[in-house]
Amino acid sequence: MAVRVQHEPFDAVAEVEALTRGRIDVGGIVTFTGLVRGDVDGRPLISLTLEHYPGMTEAELGRIEVEARKRFDLVDCVVVHRVGELTPGEGIVLVVALSRHRQAAFEAAEFLMDYLKTRAPFWKKETFADGAGNWVDARDSDSRAEARWGGESATQK
Amino acid sequence: MTSGGAIAAVAAEQRVTVRYFAWVRERVGRSEEQVTIPPSVATVGEFARWLATRGPEYAEAFKRADVVRAALDQVHVKPSAPLAGAREVAFFPPVTGG
Repeated sequence: MAVRVQHEPFDAVAEVEALTRGRIDVGGIVTFTGLVRGDVDGRPLISLTLEHYPGMTEAELGRIEVEARKRFDLVDCVVVHRVGELTPGEGIVLVVALSRHRQAAFEAAEFLMDYLKTRAPFWKKETFADGAGNWVDARDSDSRAEARWGGESATQK
Repeated sequence: MTSGGAIAAVAAEQRVTVRYFAWVRERVGRSEEQVTIPPSVATVGEFARWLATRGPEYAEAFKRADVVRAALDQVHVKPSAPLAGAREVAFFPPVTGG
């Protein structure tokens, strides 16, 4: 499985090791790890809860992966996204892209993250020290980042 | 089997599982339910507007109708998408993972 949704923490080094073991056709690996920050604009954060749409999330990640493999000359790629309650410092998302030459790996990792942020059905809820909860709003900058890849937007305008 | 009229009415009836996520789920107060689509409703956008009339919690959830996104059978769709044949309809805010 090249896309996974899981509660458990991931190990970026182990993921890369598993992907490269015994291979000599990989020239470059780009990994991106997203972490939970300890504050939102200076307001201390207690935890971040990730909700997802079981079934659709895996399917959508799979579609994003197929698209990345079509667009870039990848040897392999992996996306791991966590769900449930996470605390500051924990990893939320891992993207690993392997290619013969570095540019495809850099571009594919960016593409995978941009598409994941705008299409994969995950939602973040922030919990603050006073118990207040806040659903994170989607950012226009994420939609612009997706738009630069030239695909049709998945959502209404 | 009943009379011809009743059979026609039953055949036209489409039941779907409606699923809600994130703040749409919190406002509606449930994560999923079975709903029979009224004959007057043909698209996802019309379905959302009809759901909003079912009670104050639905009105609240669909108040920002331009913000709520939808999926049909687990694929993103626009409000103009026809409901015919769908088994699962989902409503949710713009995604914020990663």
